[in-house]
Amino acid sequence: MADPHPPGLNEEGELEGSSGRHGGILRQFWDSTIGKKIVVAVSGSILGLYLIVHMLGNLKGFQGPGGGEPEIDVYGEWLREVGSPALPEQGALWVVRAILLLALVLHVVAIVQLSRRNLAAKPKGHRPPRIQRSLASRTMLLSGLVLLAFVVFHVLQFTTATIQTTPIVEGEVYANLYAAFQEWYFVVFYVVSMGLLALHLRHGAWSLTQTMGWDKPNRNPTLRRTATALAVVVSLGFAAVPLGFWLGIVPEPTSEAAATAASGEPR
Amino acid sequence: MTDFDNRIPAGPIEEKWRTWLDDHRLVGPRQRGDHRVLVVGTGLAGSSAAATLAGMGYKVDCFCFQDSARRAHSIAAQGGINATKDYANEGDSVRRLFHDTIEGGDFRAREANVWRLAELSTRIIDQAVAQGVPFNREYGGHLATRSFGGVLVERTFYCRGQTGQQLLLGAYSALQKQVLDGRAQVHTRHEMLDLVLVDGHARGIITRDLVSGEIERWSADAVVLATGGYSNVYYLSTNALGCSVTAIWRARKRGAAMANPCFTQIHPTSIPQTHENQSKLTLMSESLRNDGRIWVPKAEDEERSADEIGEDERSYFLEERYPRYGNLVPRDVASRAAKLVCDEGRGVGPTGRGVYLDFQDAIAERGRAEIDSRYGNLFELYERITGENPWEVPMRIYPAPHYAMGGLWVDYELQTTIPGLFAIGEANFSDHGANRLGASAMMQCLADGYFIVPHSVTNYLSKHAANVETAEPSFERAEGEVNERLGRLVSVGGKTSQSQFHKQLGNLMIDNCGILRNADGLREAIGGLRSMREEFWRDLTIEPGEKGMNQSLEHAGRVADFLEMAELMCNDALDRDESCGSHFREEHQTDGGEAQRDDENWASVSIWEFEGPDSEPKKTAEQLSFEAVELEQRDYA
Amino acid sequence: MNFKLKVWRQSDAAAAGEWRTYGVSEIDSGASFLEMLDILNDRLVVEGERPIAFDYDCREGICGSCALTIDGTPHGPRQVTSCQVFMREFTDGSEIIVEPFRASPFKVLCDLVVDRTPFDRIVEAGGYISVDAGPKPEPNATPISPETQQAAMDAAACIGCGACVAACPNGSAMLFTGAKATHLNVLPQGQPERYDRSRAMVEQMDAEGFGGCTNTGECEAVCPQEISISVIGELYRDYRKSMVHVLRSRRGRMKAQ
Repeated sequence: MADPHPPGLNEEGELEGSSGRHGGILRQFWDSTIGKKIVVAVSGSILGLYLIVHMLGNLKGFQGPGGGEPEIDVYGEWLREVGSPALPEQGALWVVRAILLLALVLHVVAIVQLSRRNLAAKPKGHRPPRIQRSLASRTMLLSGLVLLAFVVFHVLQFTTATIQTTPIVEGEVYANLYAAFQEWYFVVFYVVSMGLLALHLRHGAWSLTQTMGWDKPNRNPTLRRTATALAVVVSLGFAAVPLGFWLGIVPEPTSEAAATAASGEPR
Repeated sequence: MTDFDNRIPAGPIEEKWRTWLDDHRLVGPRQRGDHRVLVVGTGLAGSSAAATLAGMGYKVDCFCFQDSARRAHSIAAQGGINATKDYANEGDSVRRLFHDTIEGGDFRAREANVWRLAELSTRIIDQAVAQGVPFNREYGGHLATRSFGGVLVERTFYCRGQTGQQLLLGAYSALQKQVLDGRAQVHTRHEMLDLVLVDGHARGIITRDLVSGEIERWSADAVVLATGGYSNVYYLSTNALGCSVTAIWRARKRGAAMANPCFTQIHPTSIPQTHENQSKLTLMSESLRNDGRIWVPKAEDEERSADEIGEDERSYFLEERYPRYGNLVPRDVASRAAKLVCDEGRGVGPTGRGVYLDFQDAIAERGRAEIDSRYGNLFELYERITGENPWEVPMRIYPAPHYAMGGLWVDYELQTTIPGLFAIGEANFSDHGANRLGASAMMQCLADGYFIVPHSVTNYLSKHAANVETAEPSFERAEGEVNERLGRLVSVGGKTSQSQFHKQLGNLMIDNCGILRNADGLREAIGGLRSMREEFWRDLTIEPGEKGMNQSLEHAGRVADFLEMAELMCNDALDRDESCGSHFREEHQTDGGEAQRDDENWASVSIWEFEGPDSEPKKTAEQLSFEAVELEQRDYA
Repeated sequence: MNFKLKVWRQSDAAAAGEWRTYGVSEIDSGASFLEMLDILNDRLVVEGERPIAFDYDCREGICGSCALTIDGTPHGPRQVTSCQVFMREFTDGSEIIVEPFRASPFKVLCDLVVDRTPFDRIVEAGGYISVDAGPKPEPNATPISPETQQAAMDAAACIGCGACVAACPNGSAMLFTGAKATHLNVLPQGQPERYDRSRAMVEQMDAEGFGGCTNTGECEAVCPQEISISVIGELYRDYRKSMVHVLRSRRGRMKAQ
């Protein structure tokens, strides 16, 4: 019996059923819930990897004000110059920033689109039952939104220095941190945000392994524990800095410029 | 004059099917798309037939009353499926499976059909494995088999305890693929309410859409009924609640004859009824009888609990009566013995209809771990349903109506007495005689669906295809009759619900046409059924309205048909003046109390034709001849 | 035993639907939940009220027809099908809330009856191994280890009831689709169509309007067949690989240069 659609190759020598062109298959991937979820996972893991590096860099704050320049300021300077002279000044930094921005945009856009789908898949007016899902998995959207707001605020505060509630001076990382985290409300805001980050990372990191299809019943306990450990370490690492400054574990800045910053007079 | 030629090809039994295949007429690949076949029912038989016919190129419309083709009751078959692969090198063969099936059916099945079934059994396994049915495997990766139901070889293939589910999903997914390819359509939530004949040939059906209530006409070149059995005539049975006789009963009223309607199997190991409003009996796997010992108290009306009854106060009635086979006697024998002790007042449990199935000895002998590995899931099932822990108190079991060997009469080609109407699976009467062996129902369904009916439908279409439109007057007439009947059902305006009638019917049938039957009881039942029918049409009340979803209307229609079918069963049971297999007439028993066959007068199939609503049905006998086996008296003592 | 039932009533798909309360009394503790509804329906019919429509068939937990949300949980609290819930599990005199499986792709047809044909269409898209009924090779020619068979069977045990979708806060059908795909994708017979199958089934699942998976695990918590969310991971992986598979299988044509 002749099959009207024999499986095989089309005239272009491409598998039938696949949309042939590169764009077609990418489009299909992006349009599917799984494809989008993989985008969320990959972009999320880029952001997560960045967080680890960022957190480790932040810990340089604990090396204190030092004799001349604080270690963390040196590190900040290095970030700006890395890659030169082959790359222009701040070149590498901008590449990283571009990647991060792209990852963030993809992460958020995919999540927004998926969430709209998910919302539509449940009839209105009937709350879904809650049977066993964890706090972290339940609050992904909430923690994500708060973190997004946090990131915007954080960039405006320390990167662009737009928010000058406490004086922020470019290049004076240590002094800026010191000044900011003398204010209890900043400390609370940062620490609470890091708590949410822990929740977000805990479910996100494990979900990554599920979404990529790496998780298996025999690996699951290890993967879940690893995700929890990662979440705890990263968020504690981050939270340690504001707490350290607030509790006076790390001392006041010493350099002149820093003193200016710390004195509260704008430059 | 109805044609009762069974169309069995001449020649030695080993070559009959080959001969038929070689001689049957074909339809060319380009012509097949011009023919439409209706398949009613999507169990193992229906799904496999529909998928195969569509795969050959015919247009297929498939119907089921459930919300998906995957839900048909074949899905509940647990144990396994027989095939003569002889992987265990035990000397198994087609002849042995053939012989076991004929003997298990107490020599009331057709030799040629059963031989073909045994021959095709191995292909079913090949087919299912190719579809991805995950049969259990040995450590080397080869297919595992186990023994089942008293045969002496291990020829039963299984997927844990869910063999029926897996085989059905195989057939269902094959059918869904044909839907994707545009050759088949599955009409779910559609119930067939009538068969339409044009010029004496089956050319269509009338259905009711169970959601909208619409009555629809479907025309085709041939109709295949795969609508299962009618054990729900007993109300409480192991069947799904939707199982009914309706499709084949309506076909009978259009001229398809019914064969051996009184042959119904009562399965010994079901969980007993515990309360009055129970809707269903749940089967426990027969394998429990391998290690469990069946007993009742010696004293009548025993009040004490099982653990208070001493060893010498217990009667292990199967072991006492059948020392050779003990608790492993065939289904019909075990069921009968259990009923007899309960009739004596020695039954256990709240209703007194139950016997103990006790694992204490097996646990002591083999250890709890071993018993757990064998039956752990069944123990759980029992506890879930009864709330009793079988590790501590013995299980209680009781026989339950399970399978209908009887059904529409079909010839060797599985065609009924109406040309163009085929009946397959449990809906036909063909292969199991007076008693079905375990693990052979699925075998028959799939042999019919994958390997037999596609060819016999082809053979029919090559000669008798016709382009019929639903505008034909016979469709008009049939639709009118369906509407009229539905209208009558909703407008009786009485006081008793359809389920109450169904329960009454069930009680009457289980008492008089169940495990034990006698002439007086059957006559009484026939009288009772007539007045019950009158009462039904006078005092029924159901949800009004034929439009929209109306489950009480669906049920009432089925009960109305059961009420008529029940009378035919009783007529047949009364007429068959012998005992054989599951049909045990108390007048005919051996000195040892076993079924006494009368091969001289009753080695035949009783075929019943419909002669009009107010006339007695007309009986014709198809003589059974046995050439490949010798008739023997079954003896398990 | 006596109960107060708060039941979702909806005369047809287009109707709005509302909650109605009924009392049932003198129910045997051994009655199943569906038998309790039978008793109520029998009374409603005699009283001239429209009985409550609900899906049922085998009543032994394998056909997958029954689909009640009992007190907020699909199939009720014990991870069995609705028909295997028994009244002795409830407190005498308590109120029980009964509603249909809630998910937008499962349209409510009447009262507690929902339309689950989206599942059939997902299977139709690729949940099969394409074979006809002609002669097949000897099955033992391709040995399959018991581990592989068990993995396939674990997934194949799905009864297609839809509780996973109803339990999921996103109305996702990933457990169902993952189970069907995994059953076939782990078997040697399923390999030739493996990637086309995964892609097609996911596409259909999305087209039906099911939500995406956020790995909450609610599905496996209600699955009467105890199907593990590991099948979701399997589907994720096979879908991902199917994309690579498509890219790789673009043949092109060689030309010398």
